[in-house]
Amino acid sequence: MSQAAVAIPIPAERQGWSRFTGFVADSVAMLTRNIITLRRVPQLLVFSTIQPVIFVLLFVYVFGGAVGNATGLPYIDFLVPGIFVQMSVFGAMGTAIGLASDVKSGLLERFHALPMARSAVLAGRTSADVVRNVFVILLVSGVAMLIGFRVQTNVFGYVGGIALVLLFGYALSWVFAGVGLAVKDPETAQAAAFPIMAPLVFASTVFVPANLMAPWLQPFAEHQPVSVVASAARALMLGTPNNGYVLQALLWIVGIIAVAAPLAVRRFRQAI
Amino acid sequence: MSNANDPAIAVRGLQKRFGDLEALAGIDFEVAPATVFGLLGPNGAGKTTAVRILTTILEPDGGTAEVLGFDVVRDPERVRLRIGLAGQAATVDPNLTGRENLRLVGRLSQRPRPWIEQRAAELLENFDLTQAADRPIRTYSGGMRRRLDVAAALVGRPPVLFLDEPTTGLDLPSRNTLWDTIRDLVAEGTTVLLTTQYLEEADRLAEQIAVVDLGRVIAEGTPARLKAQLGSTVIEFAMSDEMDAERAVGALSRQRAEAEREGSTIRVPTTEGPRSLMEMLRTLDAEGLYPSSLTVREPSLDDVFLRLTGHHAEPAVEAGSEQPVPVGGAA
Repeated sequence: MSQAAVAIPIPAERQGWSRFTGFVADSVAMLTRNIITLRRVPQLLVFSTIQPVIFVLLFVYVFGGAVGNATGLPYIDFLVPGIFVQMSVFGAMGTAIGLASDVKSGLLERFHALPMARSAVLAGRTSADVVRNVFVILLVSGVAMLIGFRVQTNVFGYVGGIALVLLFGYALSWVFAGVGLAVKDPETAQAAAFPIMAPLVFASTVFVPANLMAPWLQPFAEHQPVSVVASAARALMLGTPNNGYVLQALLWIVGIIAVAAPLAVRRFRQAI
Repeated sequence: MSNANDPAIAVRGLQKRFGDLEALAGIDFEVAPATVFGLLGPNGAGKTTAVRILTTILEPDGGTAEVLGFDVVRDPERVRLRIGLAGQAATVDPNLTGRENLRLVGRLSQRPRPWIEQRAAELLENFDLTQAADRPIRTYSGGMRRRLDVAAALVGRPPVLFLDEPTTGLDLPSRNTLWDTIRDLVAEGTTVLLTTQYLEEADRLAEQIAVVDLGRVIAEGTPARLKAQLGSTVIEFAMSDEMDAERAVGALSRQRAEAEREGSTIRVPTTEGPRSLMEMLRTLDAEGLYPSSLTVREPSLDDVFLRLTGHHAEPAVEAGSEQPVPVGGAA
């Protein structure tokens, strides 16, 4: 058997600036891998393309009539920023499932024996979620505009709203990275993540304004982070009253990352 | 840095414990550059733990381990740049194609990109995976995955290679191909640490073997030396009952054969199979003892263990269920 490839010198270990460029290169390699996976696994592809579109159509045409008038806006306008937030929350589960699979399959162990930046595994994973969310948001925007969604402010408000939602999804990816690394099994990760997400998404102002809910639920539904981000995105995209939502949303994002990222990194170190 | 004569791998007093389990109870060994070293032992002997420490995945609780002169704890980065690992599980991404998997490992090993492409194509060719190169791994058979896993360990052309039970789950042709690959790599200067449960595999490939049991090295030497200790052939007589077996052991011992009894089975390691078999049969015949069955085979890991430790390789091996040593070409 021939080993034709010329011998190459062993690369020098990274120091100083090359540690950073190396981290970026490794993260891009991991991101590329995760994006390929996203494209190639039918469940993930359906989850990030068909499902959000169905949600938009379902809510607009089935539930929209019932709640539409209570929002003070055309229901589709109210709904779309909410759908963006909902997708970014559900999508963060991908990080939990992906990392749990990597632990279970032993792939993480192989990564540990490679001269790569450790942090690139997490960075590549969480940034893959951002890329997926950008794709989903563009797709949903397209469909929504076809059936009547209109940005009420301007392009800056729209882009700003999207950026806020993406940041929120990114923050949640760190939460779910910790979950995935803790449970170490993709099915368990999914089972563990869903009960956290479902109440946050459904007991929120994502689909329905809080004043239509049971009175005891209203304070929670108004002020929990998913609602805050949805309200902030609406303020930016539709010009609804801000009431400090944007600032609150940013604080939530910073707070979640500050707590969840160190926990996830610690879990990552212990995952082997 | 290391000189040409320094060991490629040096392990001293290595210890690791997981809770109550002492996985490594202080092992020592050295591997000369451009040789194959075999860590031979049953499941749970500590082989994989040793490999995981040497590949910087785990940190030891005590002792030191160096790869090409770099300490695995103090200098893991330099170690990782110089090693390749193929673990027990086929650790490749099932959703990437064979080529994409190799590319990923190459990039994360910091090798230059055009070189990686060439190297990946060459490895796919060598491991007979060119046809399947651009299909996701989840469509591969078990043997194909295993081959790709080993190929991934070779992408960076690492000077030191760790193969943790590389032929487990491989069919015979794939196993032979892998053995040839290992020999070629060593001829080009690669140092290989191989763990295996098969005495035959260690015998065929390794210049030096360490037999490990319960986290300790219980024997070390060249395959020839270990085999001389063990006999190159094992003859097994099944007698009708334990009393007959005991009488047979007595008769054979007088004939200088080192017979060991277990239940009603007698096991005799020997260096000259056919001749001693005939002598033994004559002896038994003279005593009026007739074996109910007779087996002549190469020594298995279990024989090695029985000989060295007085216990079986697996705590509860049922008669007949032990992994037979694959019988191949030259014996």
